[in-house]
Amino acid sequence: MMPPCHHPDEGLLLDYASGHLAEPIALIVATHLALCPRCRSQVATFEALGGALLEEAPPEPVSADCLKSLFARLDDPRCGAAETPSDNGADDARSATITVPAGFAAAVGGADTDTIMVPQPLRSYLEAPLARLDWHSVYPGIDEVRLDAGGQGPFTTRLLRLRGGTKTPRHSHRGTEMTLVLNGAYLDELGRFARGDFVGYDGTVDHRPHAESGGDCLCLTVTDAPLRLTGRIGRLLDPFIHF
Amino acid sequence: MTDRPTDLPPDTPPPHNDLILAVARDRDRVAFGALFGHFAPRLKAYLMRLGADSATAEELVQEVMVMVWRRAETFDPGQANASTWIYTIARNKRIDSLRRQRRPEIDPDDPALVPDEPVAADRTVELAQQGARLRAALAQLPPEQADLLRLAYFEDLPHSAIAAKRNLPLGTVKSRLRLAMDRLRRLLKDDAL
Repeated sequence: MMPPCHHPDEGLLLDYASGHLAEPIALIVATHLALCPRCRSQVATFEALGGALLEEAPPEPVSADCLKSLFARLDDPRCGAAETPSDNGADDARSATITVPAGFAAAVGGADTDTIMVPQPLRSYLEAPLARLDWHSVYPGIDEVRLDAGGQGPFTTRLLRLRGGTKTPRHSHRGTEMTLVLNGAYLDELGRFARGDFVGYDGTVDHRPHAESGGDCLCLTVTDAPLRLTGRIGRLLDPFIHF
Repeated sequence: MTDRPTDLPPDTPPPHNDLILAVARDRDRVAFGALFGHFAPRLKAYLMRLGADSATAEELVQEVMVMVWRRAETFDPGQANASTWIYTIARNKRIDSLRRQRRPEIDPDDPALVPDEPVAADRTVELAQQGARLRAALAQLPPEQADLLRLAYFEDLPHSAIAAKRNLPLGTVKSRLRLAMDRLRRLLKDDAL
C-alpha cells in the first residue's frame, strides 16, 4: 500500500500527543496514525517533548504519606495481576466482534466493504462487522452509520459509504469536517484522497466530492456542525437535509 | 540496580530506564521508590497545571505510579525513554479520570496497522539521551516558540484555543509551532551526529 499523501497538520498531531483533543477527533487522528508511519513518528517526537517538559516541570512536593499509601495499594493482590487490555480503554467485547477474514490483506483496495480491514482504534468503536452495521441512505449512492465516539461536544462521528462513481451534492461547511479515507478513493477540488488520507475542510471550501468508479469509497468523518448544501438545488433543500 | 555507578558525572540523570526494568524484572521496591521520588512531584506539578487540585493530583499520581508498577514489563527502552513513557501514562490517566473520555490509540499488533520502516540500529541509547537533548534544544528556542510549546502541554486547551487566549492569529500559532518543531528536530539530528 502507498503511504498516505494527506496528513493532519502539525498542530493536530501536537494536540493528540498532548492529550487535548476531544474523543471523536482523537479517534480520527489515531486511526490515521495506524495507517501512517510518518505521522506516528511525529507523534512520538511530540510525546518525547512531553516527557522532556515533564522533567523540567518545577516539582510540586507530595505529602509524606503518599508513597506509603501507594505501597499499600501495590500490596493489594489485584495490583500484581497482569495488565488486562481493557485498562487501555479498548473495549474487548466490541473489538472481538470483528473477525478478519483469511487472505484479507490481499483483498484491501478493491474489496467491498465487508472485507475492508478497519484499523484500530476505529474497529473497537464499531458495534458489528461493517456489512452488519445499521447503514441508512442519506442521498442516492451514499449511506451512513453514526458512531458513538463520546457523548460530549458538538461532534458527529460517522462512517460514510459512497458507491463507486457517486457524486455528492455540492456543499460547504458550517463548521469543520475531518475526513479519513478507509477504502477506495474520492476526488474533489482539493485533490484525490485514498486509503489513509486525512483532510480537514472548513467554511472556505466549497466542494463536490465524487467517488472513483470501481469499489465503494469508505470514509470516517467527524463534523462539528451540519454541512451547507450550496448547489442550485441543494440550496433549496438545505433547510431540510442534515448531513 | 538502584545504586548509581560512582564514575558518572554529577549532572548525569539517574538511569530511570534501569529503574523501570528493575521493577519489571524483580518487582524491586527500592527502584520503584526512587522512581516515585523523581517522578511523583513532577507528575503532581503537571496535573495541577492542568487544573487538578492538590488532593486530586496526588490521587492521580498514585494511579499513574500503580500503572508504572503494573505495566513495567511492557516498557521498551528501544521505543521511548522513561520520562516519555511515564508522560504518556499520565496523559492518558488524566483523560480517563478528569475528562471521563476514552483515549483512542493505535494497537501496535493490529494486522491493519501499516508498519514502520525497519529501523537499522537499536535506538535505546539515542532515546535515553533524547530527553536531555530535547531540554537543551528547548532552552535554545526563541522564547515565544518555547512558551507556545509549554502552553500546548500544560494548558488544557487545543492549540487553536491557545491562539484565541493569547490574541494571536491561528496562522501565527501554527507557523510558530512549525518553526519550533523544525528547530527541535534539527537540533536533535545535529546532536545525534
